[in-house]
Amino acid sequence: MSEPVIFELSRAGRRAPTHAVAEVPAHTIPEALLRDAPPVLPEVSELQVVRHFTRLSQLNFSIDTEFYPLGSCTMKYNPKICNRLAMLPEFLERHPLGDVERGQGFLECMFELQEMLKAVTGMTAISLTPMAGAQGEFAGVAMIRAYHAARQDHERCEIIVPDAAHGTNPATATMCGCTAVEIPTGPDGDVDLDALRRVVGPRTAGIMLTNPSTLGVFERHITEVAEIVHSAGGLLYYDGANLNAILGRVFPADMGFDVIHVNLHKTFSTPHGGGGPGSGVVGVNDRLAAFLPVPIVGRTGADRFVWLTEQDLPQSIGRLSAFMGNAGILLRAYIYMRLLGGDGMRRVSEYATLNANYLMQQLVKAGFDVAFSERRASHEFIVSLKGIAGETGITAMDFAKALLDRGFHAPTTYFPALVAECLLIEPTETETRQDLDAFAAALIDIRDQARTDPDEVRAAPRTMPVRRLDDVRAARQLDLAWQGEPESS
Amino acid sequence: MSEVPDNLKYSSEHEWVRLEDDGSVVVGITDHAQAALGELVYVEVPEAGQTFNKGDACIVVESVKAASDVYAPVSGACQAANPALGDAPELVNQSPYEGGWLVRLQPSDPAELDELMDAEAYARLLAESGG
Repeated sequence: MSEPVIFELSRAGRRAPTHAVAEVPAHTIPEALLRDAPPVLPEVSELQVVRHFTRLSQLNFSIDTEFYPLGSCTMKYNPKICNRLAMLPEFLERHPLGDVERGQGFLECMFELQEMLKAVTGMTAISLTPMAGAQGEFAGVAMIRAYHAARQDHERCEIIVPDAAHGTNPATATMCGCTAVEIPTGPDGDVDLDALRRVVGPRTAGIMLTNPSTLGVFERHITEVAEIVHSAGGLLYYDGANLNAILGRVFPADMGFDVIHVNLHKTFSTPHGGGGPGSGVVGVNDRLAAFLPVPIVGRTGADRFVWLTEQDLPQSIGRLSAFMGNAGILLRAYIYMRLLGGDGMRRVSEYATLNANYLMQQLVKAGFDVAFSERRASHEFIVSLKGIAGETGITAMDFAKALLDRGFHAPTTYFPALVAECLLIEPTETETRQDLDAFAAALIDIRDQARTDPDEVRAAPRTMPVRRLDDVRAARQLDLAWQGEPESS
Repeated sequence: MSEVPDNLKYSSEHEWVRLEDDGSVVVGITDHAQAALGELVYVEVPEAGQTFNKGDACIVVESVKAASDVYAPVSGACQAANPALGDAPELVNQSPYEGGWLVRLQPSDPAELDELMDAEAYARLLAESGG
């Protein structure tokens, strides 16, 4: 990559003074606790800093620059208005410890967001406090455990997870002190109901499902799944990862789910994929409402809003962060939902599934192998390149790299692991037909090249800031800190 | 086509088992399994003395693609783990049946060994699954 790390730009004594040196001591830290030597910081000018980080930002491959069909990630366009309104100074400069009476506007927005999330999931109570999807999952399973514990039902410590699940599901079960019990998927893509019947019992705490599943198909036996798990005494957890596919059309509560988390950053308008900030709000039915994490925004009287805390919900699983979630992400979601309205939300899922099915059909017509092609795709679908890999030696990873040179972010590769040499493609609702056609044409072009000039495909990407990375060495010799010495002059 | 030595027993989860003269068994993953996983970057092995039932997850192998459980092909206690894997997990890729062995178990029910496949049956399983 042509851009050096900022330490390599450093020259001793170079400064970027934008502030006058303080005339009073800046701290009162005891002498003994101060470091002996100054930290090694880059010594650069303000212009060097601006150019360095502007150039780095221009190396980004982003939804604002390219089509980004990364399956299971819902990389849709995030309207700029959501960002702009969430950045209003009245929101931005509000302190979380500020007087409730002076923060009624923000609290009202959050209260309305809770109400809209109830409407769109069918759940009866919402807590906005989880800071990310993983924390939402943690909160959900912690509530399931708290529910069983409150009933003195202490043997329930198994969480059932289908083999097609996101890896976070078994990780969450383990984090919550449960054991993950895997069940297989049948050949048609639905959960194997006989296998489910065999594993449920007095130790079953619950099941974690996403619907549509990661295979890109709607779990048709969901009400039977709910009946089997409920009659065994377990609860149903809905992983909201794929909510975009059913938004405003199918309600998780109607499918029998007791608890759900929603990735607001994904379905409701925040640029994401860089590790945060996110929002993994949780919704529950009446059974679990007492256990929701706090704080929650409540309404007293007609238009006065307050924080509900441990005093109001003594059985709460507690707090998940210092305050309530990532306020900026919650505001973006609120604005996005207000802009869309109920009809807009239904159009989201309509166009998300239409785009996925259109692109899937284009690729089927072009001769690509699509998993579960006999079933209608939800918002995403799986292409298997196993046949082409056997014929040409060009793998799914080679296709992914070659797409970058053609101006497309790669789909998710090698997930779900149930399908060999797979690409998981999620176009989202915000792409035009021309972009979908261009993406299909690029995959056809790469397949042609795999047959005529495979070495050229293996050499991709040629136009990116970095070529193929040594991911094995990167994992074996993890080295995240710059190890050089700043130049002295 | 991946290598399937004649002198080993195999599980349907792509583990191999070698019976030693002292009655212990050495366990690893097959050539097919290492090729499917890709380059390994980390192997988590059990401590000596830990006991497992047949089918329990006892080892984690992590590649750049995924982390996968390795299941105990027979019930028993862990006697030792391959000490070389801490620094060189790639041994499993380079030499899955020799230098890349994972653990040595003392079987608690030697009859379980008879439930495993011989080389011919395992090769047939691979052929049927397109591997």
